[in-house]
Amino acid sequence: MTPEEFKKIGDAHRKKRKDFPNNINVCTAAGCVSLHSEKVKEALEGEVKKQEKHKTCRVSGTGCLGPCASGPLVSINDGQALYAGVTTDDVPEIVNNIDKNPVKRLVVPPDTPFFAHQKRVALEHCGKTDPESLNDYLAMDGYQALYDTLTTMSPLEVIEVMVNSGLRGRGGGGYPAGLKWSTVEKAVGEKKYVVCNADEGDPGAFMDRSMLESDPHSVLEGMAVAAYAVGASQGYVYIRGEYPLAIKRLRNAIRQAEKSNLLGKHICETPFSFDVDIRLGAGAFVCGEETALIASIEGHRGIPRPRPPYPAEYGLWGCPTLINNVETFANVTPIIRNGADFFAGIGTEKSKGTKVFALAGSIKNTGLIEVPMGISLREIVYDIGGGIIEGRKFKAVQTGGPSGGCIPEEYLDMPVDYESLAKAGSIMGSGGMIVMDETSCMVDVAKYFMDFCRTESCGKCVPCRVGTAQMHNILTNISRGQASMHELQLLEELCDVLKHTSLCGLGQTAANPVLSTIRFFRDEYIAHITHKTCPAGVCTIEPEKETVS
Amino acid sequence: MSASVKIKTLTIDDRHVGARENQTILEVARENGIEIPSLCYIDGLSAHGGCRLCLVEVTGIPQLLPACMTVVEERMEVSTQSERLRKLRKNILELYFSERNHVCSVCVSNGNCELQDMAGETGMDHVHFPYLYPDLGVDITHERFAMDDNRCIMCTRCVRVCDEIEGAHTLDIKDRGIETRIITDLDQNWGDSETCTLCGKCVHVCPTGALFEKGKSVGEMSKRRQFLPYLALMREEKR
Repeated sequence: MTPEEFKKIGDAHRKKRKDFPNNINVCTAAGCVSLHSEKVKEALEGEVKKQEKHKTCRVSGTGCLGPCASGPLVSINDGQALYAGVTTDDVPEIVNNIDKNPVKRLVVPPDTPFFAHQKRVALEHCGKTDPESLNDYLAMDGYQALYDTLTTMSPLEVIEVMVNSGLRGRGGGGYPAGLKWSTVEKAVGEKKYVVCNADEGDPGAFMDRSMLESDPHSVLEGMAVAAYAVGASQGYVYIRGEYPLAIKRLRNAIRQAEKSNLLGKHICETPFSFDVDIRLGAGAFVCGEETALIASIEGHRGIPRPRPPYPAEYGLWGCPTLINNVETFANVTPIIRNGADFFAGIGTEKSKGTKVFALAGSIKNTGLIEVPMGISLREIVYDIGGGIIEGRKFKAVQTGGPSGGCIPEEYLDMPVDYESLAKAGSIMGSGGMIVMDETSCMVDVAKYFMDFCRTESCGKCVPCRVGTAQMHNILTNISRGQASMHELQLLEELCDVLKHTSLCGLGQTAANPVLSTIRFFRDEYIAHITHKTCPAGVCTIEPEKETVS
Repeated sequence: MSASVKIKTLTIDDRHVGARENQTILEVARENGIEIPSLCYIDGLSAHGGCRLCLVEVTGIPQLLPACMTVVEERMEVSTQSERLRKLRKNILELYFSERNHVCSVCVSNGNCELQDMAGETGMDHVHFPYLYPDLGVDITHERFAMDDNRCIMCTRCVRVCDEIEGAHTLDIKDRGIETRIITDLDQNWGDSETCTLCGKCVHVCPTGALFEKGKSVGEMSKRRQFLPYLALMREEKR
């Protein structure tokens, strides 16, 4: 494609959209689909025809609009009004009022703090475009950044922009993206690969899924820019098989991009070629670990291997490989388009830009949010999240899934960035954020995550394989009121062994939920052990096992 | 060997040693008579990095590194016997013993077992983690060999030798985590295996009594591993 063609398609599509003074966008991301938003969409289309407004009003599907819990969500006239909890019964009224005042009963107030505290960079197109339409994406200046990169920038210039932007890997580790790119660029290899890690496995996390369901082209564009920068010609998206809608939309997007010469051979008539294929994960959490992911793509059993050598040097089939997560790639296009300073201007000294979180748990507004780094946890929980449900008392925020920790109330004013979260015994992780109230038992939470690690451990190294099973047994005993203080000591000892001797990140961080709950909620452990009670009333205390003496 | 191989010098436990550039810490240490414990590593097979006993400290690197898979670097300072490492090794061995039913007194390999020897060498005199006592079976369907899951430590030496040296790939792993088991073919009885060549290499590389020859007394159960480095070297030279 040439710039003229870009412009032509964009203009034509923008004009087409202008021909309809009114539009109705129905959220078709998985959260709303599960609440039957597709039926609502069908009903809206029928009703528009019935009321003979189909020449002035367009109904289309769109990506995630944000407050997933109050779905199905419908956006009127490009965000003029947002309706929540729409059913098919509301449809005639909505269509009737399309060019009048919004339906008060359904409308989400536009000045609600849920939106006011957010800043959208990676999610810039989410909820504004139809994820199944390439033209929609082109009308938003999509693939412009790729074209500019290919025609006006050298690979080293692209890397320089990435380094200056200060973007850090959004998968959890927080490794500087620019540095990783430059390592892969420098690595010597006949062939190089770019891999997008979409094997999102943390319980309660759905950022990558929503992004791929809402805006698959921006991830593909980010991957293509990365491939140009590091000199790769083949890309893979490793996505978990549990995300059928995201897979479908990604497949569709790849096909569309290939047809329009935005992927494949000689992209936009430049010498640069880049193909993207999809590889489906089969439900192993450990395959999110980059060396296990590589083994899985190669067709082997998904088990990690020690690093170094890092994939940047020795990755897929021994070739230099760049692995970034979905959100990292989604940030690339806005950075290229708006410049490094734009991105570096957001956030804190060491953590630049924004972060997407999947807000879940005992909170009023659950959903997908994107906030600038450095925002306080209190703002996320109380302003964006709207506080705890049913007037209950806040207890902890769990971040980073099974590798993270629980952050108690005294840390609520702490800024959300990589260093602060690590200091509080948790990690940034990929963006799962589960809010817990007084009805959650922290021993039970630790037990849950340990059970997760135990069943997801690949079994290659002993500390993780046996250690997680031992820790799970001890936590089960504690939660049943059948443990002594000696077992708590054993638990802490095992945490240390796992952290220092496990082979990969799964085992090294598996102790984090336990360590952080022991650190901040030791009294709850003591209550289970010595007083044989569960303060939150979650655990079933069982009578002492009868011992034969 | 080509003349372009570079030589690195490093220190292991304060001893200055020289090494070829692509050697691992474990190889160099053993050449120089410095013993680093390991269970999954065996000379002649690819490194696995799963037993975590060969972890060493390298100055300037916060994590512990597996000696069997870490390539030497110029001026590297390696420490293999610190107090911290000894304690962690002991803990790892205890986890091994707590995982399955390792009862030496009724084992065919009593006295010829690397796990047993390792416990003696590291001074592990008791296990302070609770035993898991899994309910595991024994496969005695094969005419010459038998596999006892109770004594397996999942070092995967047998899997690797079957694949890399014999080329049969009869043995593999199933499931994950604490449920991982060694299987033959598609989790069939070993006796029904159509791919097994009866070579017995797996039995001889097994560090414990998990794989053993039928009809031998405990006294005769010594394992001969000398063939392996020789075979590996011959293959290497053919290439």
